[in-house]
Amino acid sequence: MKDALRHRELTLNMGPQHPATHGVLRLVLEIDGETVVKCTPYVGYLHRGTEKLCEHRTYLSALPLMDRLDYISSMANDVGYCVAVERLFGIEPPQRAKFIRSMVCEMTRISSHILWLGTHALDIGAMTVFLYAFREREWIMDLFEMLCGARLTVSYPRIGGVRNDVSQEFLDSLYDFCEEFPSRIEEYETLIDQNRIWLQRTKGIGVISAEEAVNWGFTGPTLRGSGVDYDVRKYFPYDAYDQVEFDVPVGKEGDVYARYRCRMEELRQSVRIIKQCIEKLPKGPIMAPDAPKFTLPPKDKVLKDMEAMIHHFVMLTKGPITAPVGEIYSSVEVPKGELGFYIVSDGSGRPYRLRLRSPSFVHVSALPRLCVGSLVADVIANIGTIDVVLGECDR
Amino acid sequence: MTPHSIAEQIRDKFPEDVLEIVEFRSQVAIVIKKERLKEIMSLLHMHSDYSFDYLVDLCGVDYMNKKSPRFEVVYHLFSIKHRHFLRVRVQVDEDNPTVGTVTDIWKGADWHERECFDMYGIRFEGHPDLRRILMPEDWEGHPLRKDYPLKSDLGDLEWKGYRDLIEFSEKARQYEVR
Amino acid sequence: MDHTNNGKTEPNEFQLTEIEQGIKIIPGVNAVIAALDKVVNWSRYSSLWPMTFGLACCGIEMMTSGSSHYDLDRFGIIFRGSPRQSDCLIIAGTVTKKMAPIVRRVYDQMPEPRYVIAMGSCACTGNVYDTYSTVLGADKFLPVDVYIPGCPPRPEALMDGLIKLQQKIASESFRWSQWR
Repeated sequence: MKDALRHRELTLNMGPQHPATHGVLRLVLEIDGETVVKCTPYVGYLHRGTEKLCEHRTYLSALPLMDRLDYISSMANDVGYCVAVERLFGIEPPQRAKFIRSMVCEMTRISSHILWLGTHALDIGAMTVFLYAFREREWIMDLFEMLCGARLTVSYPRIGGVRNDVSQEFLDSLYDFCEEFPSRIEEYETLIDQNRIWLQRTKGIGVISAEEAVNWGFTGPTLRGSGVDYDVRKYFPYDAYDQVEFDVPVGKEGDVYARYRCRMEELRQSVRIIKQCIEKLPKGPIMAPDAPKFTLPPKDKVLKDMEAMIHHFVMLTKGPITAPVGEIYSSVEVPKGELGFYIVSDGSGRPYRLRLRSPSFVHVSALPRLCVGSLVADVIANIGTIDVVLGECDR
Repeated sequence: MTPHSIAEQIRDKFPEDVLEIVEFRSQVAIVIKKERLKEIMSLLHMHSDYSFDYLVDLCGVDYMNKKSPRFEVVYHLFSIKHRHFLRVRVQVDEDNPTVGTVTDIWKGADWHERECFDMYGIRFEGHPDLRRILMPEDWEGHPLRKDYPLKSDLGDLEWKGYRDLIEFSEKARQYEVR
Repeated sequence: MDHTNNGKTEPNEFQLTEIEQGIKIIPGVNAVIAALDKVVNWSRYSSLWPMTFGLACCGIEMMTSGSSHYDLDRFGIIFRGSPRQSDCLIIAGTVTKKMAPIVRRVYDQMPEPRYVIAMGSCACTGNVYDTYSTVLGADKFLPVDVYIPGCPPRPEALMDGLIKLQQKIASESFRWSQWR
C-alpha cells in the first residue's frame, strides 16, 4: 500500500515578485513534504551598476547614489561614504558635525529596526505590529524632513561635515521623541515578546554557531545574536562614537529569537546615544576648514569671492583634483551590519574603483545554510531575521 | 602584532611570492603573486598568532593601461580575536585570469568570488559553483572592466532576453485597449 | 398613444432631476438613470486594487502611503498580492533588464481592465541610472497610464497620481463592452 503512493520532491519558485521576500529576491526551494531539501537564492534583479557609475562621477556627485543602496537607512550609508572619503583624503570634520552625524545615524538605526520589526512580524503573521511601527517611522521621517527637506533618500552628510546646521526646534522635537520612544518599545514588546505563537515560530529556528557565523562573514545583529560582540562602532570608532557611552547587546543561542532581542535592545541603546549627543553637542562650524579643496565652498562666498568661485567650478566639473593616490578600506555599522567601502584613488577627482561591501549580500548567501533541513514556514522567518534589503545586496 | 610586522613575517616565509608591502593611512597591504595564494591564506587563517577568522571582503580591480598585470584580486582580512586588519592583493594577468579559491577556508568567499567572476571574468579554480550572480546567466561580457560601455543602450551587445522582450511588447501593442 | 396630456400642464408624477451632469434620478423611486459608461467607470475607479510591485526605494514610500498616516484604504485601495485579482500595477522602483521580463509577465497575467502607474523617476525614465543593466523607464515595454515623478515621490504625490488615474478612468468610454 505504501509503495502505491509515489512521492517526489517539489520544486517551488518563490519568485522575484512576492509579498514576503522584502524586495526582489528569488528563491528556488526543493521541498520534500514540508521540509526544505535544497534552497538556491538568485539575486541581481535590482543590479543598477552603482559601482561602475561611481567611476564616472566625482566624489561629491557619487554621494546621492549611496543613499539608494540600503534605502531604509540612507543616512548611515551616506555617513559611511563620507567617513571613507575623509579617511582617504586625510580630512577631519569638526566636532559639531561628528555629533550631528552620529545622531542622525542612530535615528536611522531606530527607523530601520522598527521597519524590520514591522515587516518581520507581518510575514510571520503578527500584523498589528506593522501599523504601530509605521506610526513611529512617520515621526522620524518628519524629523528628517525638518532637518534637510527629504524623507527617505536624504543626502545630508557631506565630505568634511554636514550640509546644514541643526535648529533648536529640531533638537527639541528629537528630545521629545527620545522621551516618548521607550514606552513605545514596551508597547511592541507586550504585543509579541511573550506571545506563545511568536516564541514557537522563532525559538530554535535558524540556529548558527559563533565560529560558523564569523566564517560566513556575518556582521551586525545577525552575528551578535550568536554571541560575538563585533561592532564596528567599538572596534573602529568613527565620528562621535568614542565620546558617548553605549552597550552592544549580544545574544547567546544564535536563533531568530536571539537576533530579535538584540535588535530590540539596540533600539534602547540608540535612544541613549541620541540623548547624549543632544546634551554634548558642541558649538562650532559644521564643515571642515580645508573643505574648499575637497568639497564645495559655502554658497555665499562663491557669489562674492573669486577664489571660492574657481574652487566651486573645478569641484563640480573635475572633482577634488588634489586627491592623494592610494587606497583605503573603511567601514561603518549600518543597521544591517558592516557596510564597507574600498576606494582606490589615482589622483584624479573621480574614484578609480569604488567597491561596496554590503552586509545583505553576505547574509543572503548564507540562506541555504539556515534554511536547509527546516520547514517551509521557517524560510520566511529566516529571510526576516537576516534583515536583507535587496538594494544593498545588488547595488 | 601590528599589521606591518605580520606583513614582514609573511615576506620572510614566502620571499619569492611577496612583491611589495604598501602602507597608506596606517593600512598595510601585501602584494603577492597568485601561485601560492592558498598556502598563504591558510597560514593567515590557521596560525594562532595571526588567526584571521573573518574575511571582510573580496573584490577585483581592473588596472587597464595603468599597470601590468591588468587585474588584481583584493582580500581584506580581519582577526576578531587579535583585532588586526590586513589587505592582500593578488596580481592576475589578462591572458590567464585564474586564481585559486578560498571557499574552503572562508565560506563567505563563495558569493564574493562569483561576483568577481561576473564583473571581471576572473575564474576561481576549485569553486563549487562558478556562475554569474548579478547579471543574467547568459549575459555576455564582463561589465566592470574598463573597456565595457556604461550606458544603457548597448546596441548590438544587448542581452538576448531583453531584445526578445522588446520585440514581444511591440507585437502585443496591437492588443492594447486605448 | 398620446403623451402630451391634452395640452394641459400638470405636474409630472415622474420628475426627472439631474443631480450631476449626465446622471438623473427619479425622486421617490429608487432609480438612477445614467449612461452605462459613467456607472461602470465610477465603480472601477472607486475600488482600484493595485498589485504590490515594490522594487526599490519607492516601494517603501508605497508601503508608507498604505499605512495609517497617509491611509490609502479610504480611496478603496487594497493591496493585493496576486496579479489575477488586481486592477492596476504600480511599478515602484528601478526596472533592470533582468527583472523586465518578469514585470511583463506579471502585467500579462492581469485581467482587463488594467492600468499601469509608473511611480518614481526610475520607473518613468530611468533616473540617474543610465547603466548597462537598467531599462530607462517602464514604458519601454509596457503601456503606462500615469507617471509620478520624484525620488522618491512623497505619499501625497502618490495619492495625487492615483487620483489622476481615477480621473482618467472616469473619462473612459465604452471600455466595458466587447464591441468597442
